[in-house]
Amino acid sequence: MRLDIIHALTILAVAAALASPQAARAAGTKPDATPAETVKSPPKLDPAHGAKALEESSAVRKVAPPLIQAEPPPFSEGIFPCSGCHVDPGDRTRRELTFHEDIQKVFDHDSNARWCLDCHDAENRDVLKLASGETVPFTESYRLCGQCHGDKYRDWRAGVHGKRVGQWDGEKTYFLCVNCHNPHTPGFKGVKEIEVDGKRTTAPTLEMLRPEPRPLRPDEMRRTAPAKATAPTTAAGGR
Amino acid sequence: MSERKSLPVVADEPMDPSRRAFMRTAAAGAAVAALSSCGVEMEDFLRSHFKELSPDELRRVLAKVERKNLERFGKKTTVSATGPRPGVEFGYGLDLSRCVGCRRCVYACVAENNQSRQSPQIQWIRVLEMDKEHGVDLAHANHYYEADAVPRPGKFYMPVQCQQCRNPPCVKACPTQATWKEKDGIVVIDYDWCIGCRCCMSACPYGARHFNWATPTLPAEELNPHQHYLGNRPRPKGVVEKCTFCIQRTREGRYPACVEVCPVGARKFGNLLDPESEIRRVMETKRVFVFKEELATHPQFYYFYAT
Repeated sequence: MRLDIIHALTILAVAAALASPQAARAAGTKPDATPAETVKSPPKLDPAHGAKALEESSAVRKVAPPLIQAEPPPFSEGIFPCSGCHVDPGDRTRRELTFHEDIQKVFDHDSNARWCLDCHDAENRDVLKLASGETVPFTESYRLCGQCHGDKYRDWRAGVHGKRVGQWDGEKTYFLCVNCHNPHTPGFKGVKEIEVDGKRTTAPTLEMLRPEPRPLRPDEMRRTAPAKATAPTTAAGGR
Repeated sequence: MSERKSLPVVADEPMDPSRRAFMRTAAAGAAVAALSSCGVEMEDFLRSHFKELSPDELRRVLAKVERKNLERFGKKTTVSATGPRPGVEFGYGLDLSRCVGCRRCVYACVAENNQSRQSPQIQWIRVLEMDKEHGVDLAHANHYYEADAVPRPGKFYMPVQCQQCRNPPCVKACPTQATWKEKDGIVVIDYDWCIGCRCCMSACPYGARHFNWATPTLPAEELNPHQHYLGNRPRPKGVVEKCTFCIQRTREGRYPACVEVCPVGARKFGNLLDPESEIRRVMETKRVFVFKEELATHPQFYYFYAT
């Protein structure tokens, strides 16, 4: 009989050890234990995280987060400064040029109604000219684009049109119109990632994007040897 | 007349109690042995649910994940468990009038979130190609499209990933509470708690959950060492995984990987509770819809048309 009791006790002990995690899992979590409380509490990870986040978000509300302009894509090689060739205002009549064929060939930007000197300043070719006559540097070309494309300009300034990288709640890098649109043929075709002054940025291309490989079908997955590579090509954009 | 066999008689009197006790002890012992032999350590099995871990226990659990990563990949990793920020509810916007279906997001996600590369191939984002003629109609959707250049004429593209529902069917289906919705809206999975029953996968109307049918194939040199316990830490065989809005990035204030890689800027992300955020601007000024609205899953993922 005594042996029975000892047996029973061992059984109970083992059973309890086994059952407790199951019971805990089955019973789930205490209703008052919220993820926020438990997750943010570990002091080693980030002790002041919650408080810091609050400070940050209130700071964000007061002052707009810093915006950094991405590097504009480079000019065609050896073409800038334009004043290297264009010293005088020159002939202002609209005509077919004997130079800049690469641009004339692709020019598709209300090409029936417009030509070079509608955007480029005749007096100083190193800057652009607004409809008001005010000149703007190439780095602020969005002001020129925004004259006609007001809706896109508005969305772009709010971060809805175009791309931003960085922090959703802080420092962001924004891209210029010309990082994605070729100003002479602005309909979006594709972009490529480039490096300007050691910084990664994007430049528009005349070719459309090639999609990355399609996912494997379930039956292909069963058959595939690890050798069949579906490595992505260099992704455009981003950091 | 043939002799009829009688049914086995159930003994009225119980088995010898000491024998029965012995059998039970033996069974329990076998269970413990089975546990240790299938790679689950007693320590993992006995620990509390993630939400109930004390800071000390959590620290130990994270250190253990880092140690296991080192054993498995020979690479040092940092695994955090950064919690949701107060006053933040994430919202995601995807501009269908911009997306060109280039699948850059798919592969940026795979690289960022340590998904299995081959057999099984797991991709959290699925880009559907649909006919402009039919609109958003899954009967005319194809995600295996191949092309030399996108967008193809007459087609539009709709990437689908976890919609981070406010009323998530997957969470309700999970029998072990291995998946739940966090305060900032991210539906997370504890891979240590998942038993691999795949009930959540059948409950999800978006096909957003993926199962590791085999041990994930993930080359050590491609391992992203910046990890979150509830996000991109390497998964074992037999658990379910899905998009977490790049929890390891977004909880630190960064944009998700898919947002940053998108070459057309079709992806928008931010805090729905911040009136100045990009996502709020989208919600207030654009034509916005949610996918499969009729199912009342109330996604935190919005599709919109900027033009």
